Amino acid sequence: MEEPDTEPPMTVSAGSAGRPGRTVPPLRCVALRYRAVPCRAVPCLTLLCRAFSSPAFPQVVPGADPARTQLCFEWGPAEMLLCETLFGRRGPGTPGRSAGPAPAPAPAGRVVAGGGDGRPGPSCVFVVRRDQDIYMETLRKLFNESHGIFVGLQRCAEEQSARARSAQLVQVSKNYRSVIRACMEDMHQAAISARDPALHSQYSIQVIRSHIRVSILSAMELIWNLCEILFVEAAPAGPLLLRLLDWVQLHICDVDNMVREVLSSENPSKHKLFWNVVDIFVLQGRMDEARHLLSKEASANPTSVNTCKVLDDLMKKMPVPSLGNTQTLTEMELKWQHWREECQRYLQDGTFASSPHMESICKILLGDENAILEKKELMTTWYHFLVTRLLYSHPTVKPMELRFYAQARDTVMLISSSLMHRKISVKCLLCFKCSIALSNWWFVAHLTDLLDHCKLLQSHNLYFGSNMREFLLLEYASGLFSHHSLWQLGVDYFDHCPEYGRVYLELHIERIPLSTEQKALKVLRICEQRQMHEQVRSICKIMAMKALRNNRVGSALSWSIRAKDAAFATLISDRFLKDYCERGCFSDLDLIDNLGPSMLLSDRLTFLGKYREFHRLYGEKRFSEAARLLLMLMTAHIAPCSFWMTLLTDALPLLEQKEVIFSAEQTYELMRCLEDLTAGKLDKQKLQDDDVETVKVEMLRLALARNLARVIVKEGTLEGS
Amino acid sequence: MEEVCARFVSQKISKARWRPLPAAVLQPPDLFATGSWDNEDNRISIWSVGDVGNAGLDGEYQGEPQLLCDIRHNGDVMDMQFLDQERIVVASSTGSVTIFRHHQNNQTLSASHRWENAHCHADQYTACGGAACTGVICNNPEIVTVGEDGRINLFRADQKDAVRTIDNADSSTLRAVTFLRTTEILTVNSIGQLKIWDFKQQRNEPAQIFSLTGDRVPLHCVDRHPNQQHIVATGGQDGMLSIWDIRQGTMPVSLLNAHEAEMWEVHFHPSNPDHLFTCSEDGSLWHWDTSTDISEKPSFLHQGGRSTAYISHNTINQSVVSAWLSNDPTKDRMEITNLIPNQTLSVNTLDVLGPCLVYGTDAEAIYVNRQLFA
Repeated sequence: MEEPDTEPPMTVSAGSAGRPGRTVPPLRCVALRYRAVPCRAVPCLTLLCRAFSSPAFPQVVPGADPARTQLCFEWGPAEMLLCETLFGRRGPGTPGRSAGPAPAPAPAGRVVAGGGDGRPGPSCVFVVRRDQDIYMETLRKLFNESHGIFVGLQRCAEEQSARARSAQLVQVSKNYRSVIRACMEDMHQAAISARDPALHSQYSIQVIRSHIRVSILSAMELIWNLCEILFVEAAPAGPLLLRLLDWVQLHICDVDNMVREVLSSENPSKHKLFWNVVDIFVLQGRMDEARHLLSKEASANPTSVNTCKVLDDLMKKMPVPSLGNTQTLTEMELKWQHWREECQRYLQDGTFASSPHMESICKILLGDENAILEKKELMTTWYHFLVTRLLYSHPTVKPMELRFYAQARDTVMLISSSLMHRKISVKCLLCFKCSIALSNWWFVAHLTDLLDHCKLLQSHNLYFGSNMREFLLLEYASGLFSHHSLWQLGVDYFDHCPEYGRVYLELHIERIPLSTEQKALKVLRICEQRQMHEQVRSICKIMAMKALRNNRVGSALSWSIRAKDAAFATLISDRFLKDYCERGCFSDLDLIDNLGPSMLLSDRLTFLGKYREFHRLYGEKRFSEAARLLLMLMTAHIAPCSFWMTLLTDALPLLEQKEVIFSAEQTYELMRCLEDLTAGKLDKQKLQDDDVETVKVEMLRLALARNLARVIVKEGTLEGS
Repeated sequence: MEEVCARFVSQKISKARWRPLPAAVLQPPDLFATGSWDNEDNRISIWSVGDVGNAGLDGEYQGEPQLLCDIRHNGDVMDMQFLDQERIVVASSTGSVTIFRHHQNNQTLSASHRWENAHCHADQYTACGGAACTGVICNNPEIVTVGEDGRINLFRADQKDAVRTIDNADSSTLRAVTFLRTTEILTVNSIGQLKIWDFKQQRNEPAQIFSLTGDRVPLHCVDRHPNQQHIVATGGQDGMLSIWDIRQGTMPVSLLNAHEAEMWEVHFHPSNPDHLFTCSEDGSLWHWDTSTDISEKPSFLHQGGRSTAYISHNTINQSVVSAWLSNDPTKDRMEITNLIPNQTLSVNTLDVLGPCLVYGTDAEAIYVNRQLFA
């Protein structure tokens, strides 16, 4: 596996990555780079590759032609950029070229040939995403509702006793399943309503696709239910079988339609499906319903009344494991033995010889594997067969024994056998199998999390990071973050990944496009709640820059105050002061007048606020206060030196007032300020001293001198009197 | 709680509004509109909560809102108000303001008028870059909008151009707007100020400025007491509820610690203003009830002599005034209930009319409670 970062030296930043297949202006690019994506924390690189090379992933990105040009690619947070390069496909002799959709760029050091044939440059950048399902409207409901359940599960995880907890976990599991079921129903409805207007398009891609999705969802629910029985609820030996029967009944429900059909016919026992239905009821352990049907046969056919009665009796007497703890396993086994012997007896003395149907039912009751296998058409799935066999041959099967009876024939069995062994590696494999088939991490992430809460998963550390649960949650949440709207859900999943969640969140949250202030505030709140100071600063800075670019200086200032970004506040204050110098009046007074304590964020901002206060005092004709403030701004060095001249000029009208405002002391201070300023100026800008400046200085000196004269007289007379 | 019906709608809801009832109708409202945000194509949708009778055999599903019609909307829906029974004014994050008309005979929506770039940044390079329009308020036929560009627009539903525009009315972002009286509006901004603007004055200056002291916490929403126009409630970034008396002072009369995050909306109950509703980013929706102490008060204030009927009538009026404006922290006479038990994602919007409450969340669900005071 090559490191994507060590690839050809020329890089072109493809900033505007579009939706899949969007055409961008011809790029003469050799390699792609995400703009400013630090390429750390991609622990699943190898896994991703496996996903891409698996048959479930489409072999060719539509539109990209690896046969014509070489492709290059770049990993992103939850997607991949793919681009055609200038270079033509190498000759057939080149070894090791992958036929997949994303042939890796040539390893560093090898010179890439081609490009000399003068063909037009490549024109497409493709964004390759893994999680297509996220974009389905109906599935968004699944994501949102399960998010609520997930958060609820994490919240109340700790505080309960073991017993209450297991009951609660079962409830959570049931909630997840009901969400899946609701979603299936919605899809079904949608498919029906889509089909209605145009019957001829019944087999359009859309319909087929939605059928596939419904079947995937129902498979998910099936597996989930089994896991719930085996691991979440962890039913003990007796009730386990009852639960498994429920499970089979819930998922194989063709019989309900059949029985309706049979019963609604004129003569049920003569219906061609009659015995099929009875068989199915027996195979599913639904004895009462089977007996009900048998009674129809008995009443319709007087010759078979006796045999029916015997069979009915056998069915009635069949011992059933009780849900409560009223009987022990040995008790149950004893009863079972008696019952079997009775069945055996009837079978051997030829009671059922007259009716092959009833004979076969009796054989089934005895757990005869051949008799059950004969009915395999009725059972439709192997797990139905398994449960039926268990019911009639090993009714007191223990959870741990289950794996002996199940060979790993299918995914579902893989799950059970692997979890039986508590072997993460097998489960791991299975998870990938599932998620690739479902093209989404929703199922494995939530199921693994639930099982983890049942303390069923060993804390098995993967070589690329944290444990299984965390890995799957991270993958799922990353997928959510690649969605324009579902990213908010991803945050909570990251929160519950103790090891890498925060790093992932930090990397993802910075990439949320901030289209409005409202959205920025939401993102900001997420960061602030988690003390992600770096991200808070960066978001505020982005917003402040945006505001500044739009000439919204006031808005920019509030953003930088929120980020406590002193440097940026200084920059903006300078802009305010510059505007003032140019225009002679302040803009955004409502903001500057109300800075409050945030004024202390930066020196320049303090000066801005105080200077504005001076103007206000002056406007309100509170001259002596204004004068004191003005002087203070200079003597305390709050004002930047470049601004002193303006301040002194501002002092001019105060000096020229009828009444004396500056005291002798203050006047001396002012004079010192002026001299400091001119002395500093003399050194540097003697030559370019312009007339306006000199006139100003002369006027100031004159005004200061006159003021001094007046104040000496005034203070003298006050003392004298 | 059983009275709440939820529906997942596969889009994050930014606004939900009941259709106003014609005067002198006593029925509860039956139609509301929602707008979405952050989607690739955002939508305005009209929902019906239906009659109890004809919704089907299954009693449980009778209240679930049914989609009547929807229409694409360009940009996030930032705010939305019914202009009248048929027309909805929608503020977009692109800066445009659109009037949609709901045709009730064939249940369709259509855009009947649009002011493009009602809010925009006056950029020196490009001609006009749209700025999000953050708030809209209607007083048929007048429509006032405010935006991130700090501009206030006054439109009339029947006129093409803005009647009045105040550019740079605010140096920071204007977050929300409401009518105070027919010519006066209230705005709140992101530096914690509440401003009154009077359209009668030709000056482009606010008639009055109120502000939170100290922290300049941004305000996100504002509502005015329906009967006593001097009482105003605002909600801020820190989740604080502020009650202002605009007759006196420049500071809020009382600050009530409420939510843990941004308060997105605050609404007085239009016909029962002792009740107030707020919702927040932290996923909670609170019902503030000041009516509880009415029954206790007469016995405390009066000792015999007058008829009880008269007393209670008299004190209702008094207590309404004092309930919201009382700033006595020792007497916490408000009863506050959180209407959402398992909060997760932000509740962006709520609207209340008659006995009905509707709210929409970032978890892509809308909820309707039809028996608020049961």
